[in-house]
Amino acid sequence: MALVNWLKRHLVVIAGLLTLGYLLLPNVVVTVFSFNKPKGRFNYAWQQFSTDAWKDPCGVSDLCGSLSVSLQIAFWATLGATALGTLIAFALVRYRFRARGAVNSLIFLPMAMPEVVMAASLLTLFLNMGAQLGFWTILIAHIMFCLSFVVTAVKARVMSMDPRLEQAAQDLYAGPVQTFVRVTLPIAAPGIAAGALLAFALSFDDFIITNFNAGSTVTFPMFVWGSAQRGTPVQINVIGTAMFLVAVLLVLASMVVGNRRNRQKA
Amino acid sequence: MATLTEAPPPPTPTAPEKKPPRRRGRFTPYWLLLPGILWLLVFFALPMIYQASTSVQTGSLEEGYKVTWHFVTYWDALSGYWPQFLRSVAYAAAATVLCLLLGYPLAYLIAFRAGRWRNLIMILVIAPFFTSFLIRTLAWKTILADGGPVVGALNTLHVLDVTNWLGWTAGDRVLATPLAVVCGLTYNFLPFMILPLYTSLERIDGRLHEAAGDLYAKPWVTFRKVTFPLSMPGVVSGTLLTFIPAAGDYVNADLLGSTDTRMIGNVIQTQFLRILDYPTAAALSFILMAAILIMVTFYIRRSGTEDLV
Repeated sequence: MALVNWLKRHLVVIAGLLTLGYLLLPNVVVTVFSFNKPKGRFNYAWQQFSTDAWKDPCGVSDLCGSLSVSLQIAFWATLGATALGTLIAFALVRYRFRARGAVNSLIFLPMAMPEVVMAASLLTLFLNMGAQLGFWTILIAHIMFCLSFVVTAVKARVMSMDPRLEQAAQDLYAGPVQTFVRVTLPIAAPGIAAGALLAFALSFDDFIITNFNAGSTVTFPMFVWGSAQRGTPVQINVIGTAMFLVAVLLVLASMVVGNRRNRQKA
Repeated sequence: MATLTEAPPPPTPTAPEKKPPRRRGRFTPYWLLLPGILWLLVFFALPMIYQASTSVQTGSLEEGYKVTWHFVTYWDALSGYWPQFLRSVAYAAAATVLCLLLGYPLAYLIAFRAGRWRNLIMILVIAPFFTSFLIRTLAWKTILADGGPVVGALNTLHVLDVTNWLGWTAGDRVLATPLAVVCGLTYNFLPFMILPLYTSLERIDGRLHEAAGDLYAKPWVTFRKVTFPLSMPGVVSGTLLTFIPAAGDYVNADLLGSTDTRMIGNVIQTQFLRILDYPTAAALSFILMAAILIMVTFYIRRSGTEDLV
């Protein structure tokens, strides 16, 4: 009876942890199989322990090249989307203007559209214009679909800003430029950073839109997709595991730094 | 995703609109909007128009295409591919329901029961995003492998007998069946359900639970009458964020499914990139877009939360 009661009280916790397990299981498999030495071309069945792939992560041709293409595209797409998106967010929060509703829907629609529809229609445009598919078409597409997410992230932050801070700066004889650089921008920075981070993650991991508009350029997700047909090298798992570890370590480090800062303030 | 986890902006006490007019010209907002909006107009809105026009063209790759208002393409596309359309809706709906059932307890756990573990669990929910989703989807091939531990366990527990009878699996296999595809879709879009759910659960005032308890509501009644209704905005945006990408997805159906589990995304992809039948592909994509927009509008109206944007 005690056990039944205990189960009843902790049912939510148990169910939640099971879901967490479901979410993390593939990552565990990816990590474990980065130490595999598969027999055939596919790395789906466990054979024997080996660290070969970790010693030579670029050992497969084109793998690290595709990684570098992805990083470059993600970098420029983040820069472009963050710049354009921040401007839009400020305009939306700080100003009254005509066609606000239309602007809002134009920003909402890309987030409510299945990727394959955007991908296909963008390809139609590029084909009609006779554009050469490749690095630039991928970059254009990535800036397009990251833009809305940046706007939403920055908008949330700017909206919660106290406008009196800027008024105070102006009362203290700060010019508009000085007010913006010294007061507005630092307060909005966490929102801009969140938007940029999101844009980077979205762009780096995008497959569907890239697949349509890449031509013969191969990004990292495209390489993984191709290898799913031809044979999956263990190095893919090495890169996946490394990315996971780096991301978790970065987040943990930023949390530790944040905690220390809060403690100093208190 | 970060946007969804962020705390909602508190209602500003001072109306920002009533600020003294700035010396910056009244065209400033338009200059700020111009580059970004132009980008969206040219690379999001204009392509939609091109796609609509392509869908009513006829011709061939060699001779070029002309607009001939050939609406029959739509009829052909629908009559040829209605099973894939239905399958997409069914798989996406199943994945959405599963995401809600699996994601709600976890979001609830993070919001109310995690205590000092809250941040850690939050990181663990988001962290998988940093491994390419294609690699993680491929991992399901290993997990659900024929004769593997998962399939073995399902077999011993006679779960496979039930799913075979329902037509979700075939024989001793899970891979290359609808169950595998739905499982992959559920897995891939689960965080998109958890994060908005968590955001709206976290906003709920804990004292409401105490009040319900004081009024002799049992935990289950408290959940049904207080917690769940208050989390409706999260449920609505979570289901939308899961259903829309799942309905257009072709990665899971391709990697985990078979030719019998092809979804509409697979058809569009093949028509566009392999068969190069642009009018049909454009028509299919247009139908998918229209169907999703209609369903979403209807759903938002019904659920009464229009302030999602």
